[in-house]
Amino acid sequence: MSHTLGTAALGRGRRGAPQIGDAVDAASPTPRPRKRRGRGRLRLEIALLTAPAIIVFVGLVIFPVALAAYYGFYQWQGYGPPTDWVGLGNYKIIFTDPAFQQALEHNGLIVVLSLVIQGPLAIGLALLLNQKIRGRALIRVLIFVPYVISEVIVGTGFSLMLQVTGAVNDALHNIGLGFLATDWLANPSIALWTLMGIITWKYIGFAVILMLAGLQSIPDELSEAARIDGASYWQVQRHITLPLLGPTIRIWAFLSIIGSLQLFDLVYIIWGQYISGVAGTSTMATYMALNGRLAGNYGYGSAVAVVMFLISLIVALCYQRFVLHRDLRGAVTQGVS
Amino acid sequence: MSAATSGVPSLRARPARHGVQPKHGVKPKHGDKPQKWGNPGVYFIALLFISVSVGPVLYIILGGFRTNSQITVSPAGLPNPWVFSNYIGVLKSVTFWGEFANSVIVGVATTAGVVVLGVMVSFALARYEFRLKGATYSLFAAGLMFPLVVAITPLFIIVKDLGLIDSLTGIIIPQIAFGLPTTVIILTPFLRAIPKDIEEAAAIDGTSRLGFFFRMAIPLALPGVITVAILAFIASWNNYILPLYVLNSQANYTLPLGVQQFSSEYSQDTARVLAFTSLSMMPALIFFGFFQRRIVGGLTGAVKG
Repeated sequence: MSHTLGTAALGRGRRGAPQIGDAVDAASPTPRPRKRRGRGRLRLEIALLTAPAIIVFVGLVIFPVALAAYYGFYQWQGYGPPTDWVGLGNYKIIFTDPAFQQALEHNGLIVVLSLVIQGPLAIGLALLLNQKIRGRALIRVLIFVPYVISEVIVGTGFSLMLQVTGAVNDALHNIGLGFLATDWLANPSIALWTLMGIITWKYIGFAVILMLAGLQSIPDELSEAARIDGASYWQVQRHITLPLLGPTIRIWAFLSIIGSLQLFDLVYIIWGQYISGVAGTSTMATYMALNGRLAGNYGYGSAVAVVMFLISLIVALCYQRFVLHRDLRGAVTQGVS
Repeated sequence: MSAATSGVPSLRARPARHGVQPKHGVKPKHGDKPQKWGNPGVYFIALLFISVSVGPVLYIILGGFRTNSQITVSPAGLPNPWVFSNYIGVLKSVTFWGEFANSVIVGVATTAGVVVLGVMVSFALARYEFRLKGATYSLFAAGLMFPLVVAITPLFIIVKDLGLIDSLTGIIIPQIAFGLPTTVIILTPFLRAIPKDIEEAAAIDGTSRLGFFFRMAIPLALPGVITVAILAFIASWNNYILPLYVLNSQANYTLPLGVQQFSSEYSQDTARVLAFTSLSMMPALIFFGFFQRRIVGGLTGAVKG
């Protein structure tokens, strides 16, 4: 690694910082060896700086995914080297298992509903909070609080509040909306919506903050000019603010989609390992935990991981190709130039 | 993790902003409307939104000050009278403090690892030229797309092969690895933004490039480093799936696992569960309270430049 990095680094010592080189050359009686040592040193510096992070990252982020692809072809209990080659057998089981199909369907619903619910809500709230109102800083901090609290605590708190005899139903009775009280967690036709409510509660603050950041990058002059030309508040928002907020919305949507595909903690904590399937809230990740680690079938769990990875990858690539291609130019692909 | 990703939009927004800045002087002033308070409807919606956001958190905190019979009789009520025995009981328990200590150790070690490795690689990406630079950056940027959940099964196997099952090290090292993408994405532009003149001036004064790294670059990029550190610490404090897979014995549990364990063990003692839950979220909340300017302001302010 260091070698390839180093040879590529040759150019900079001279072109990047001519003054440094000149100064050194002028001072030193034997410039050439000195310079060569400088190049070697440069290579060494780059290697020392980048190698630890790359090793840790590749070893524990990239390598596991590759390893999963390998283990996915075996039936393997996790002890010793895998020997029981089953080819695509695990994948056949995954795609014919109704439980996985349900999980996939739930993930799909969560992706769409997250975008549909959180997107407009976050944009609306951000527009609202972007006005000059008192206590804006405090409001921003408070709406961000749910995002900082761990999923475990959110899950524990909500599963207590949402019990049939819990605080939510009690509060509904107290304000005269008792007819709305229901079994929020166990009723299969409601559970997914309950989950959506909790997801919205937990992550909307992040979306709002992101949108606010986007709004503040839009110069006031544009909307002021439009208003002088006679545009109403809503016309300004519709024709100036929203289009300019586009990049932020698209980045947020991307993060939201990837997050929805990976959803695990909340479901696993609120609905437990076994009930989520019955309640209709299982996700690919809970399916993986249940049928992989808990069942002691690591070959199968790895295959599920590969499927999740590929779905995320395809979605991410399609999204980048068709939606983000304008925004991301120069941000991720050519971030260093 | 995703909080940090906003570094991506903010990076692009910065130059655009500067391009428009010169027009600032022509701001028209139509100050007939008092800007002080504004529309009451706005406050109403904001208040509604805030109470929905904060309500469940208050429920957990206040629930710990009630008795189980109070909670049974009126689940949504306020403490009456206030009871402190739940909190005192949790604060006296060895379990809570053991798990607290584990979470602190894991959080601090993860943060240190993420910051040290992240600053190093970001510095190389920001201020050196080498052929694989773009590829290296893309590698870390791509890491953003694949959070821990996807890799957890094989990661568990690797941790097992390294003999780190049921040890805190087995959580710390993978967390460092998964914390690197956001760190690199946030820090690289910070380090690149340091003017070349400063580096050259330092070089003329006889400072080596690494000397510049330690004496100039890190202090100048400190806001970015702090943001990254906070995000890494909170992510570590809240991590659930990795400890769930890696840790077996209760003595090694971190707080998220502890909360879950406690709530199933004392499922009849709701008040105590709420007290335990509330105490275990306090560090993250206090931490956030101290640094909220950096987190929220960093997300919004980064764009403002």
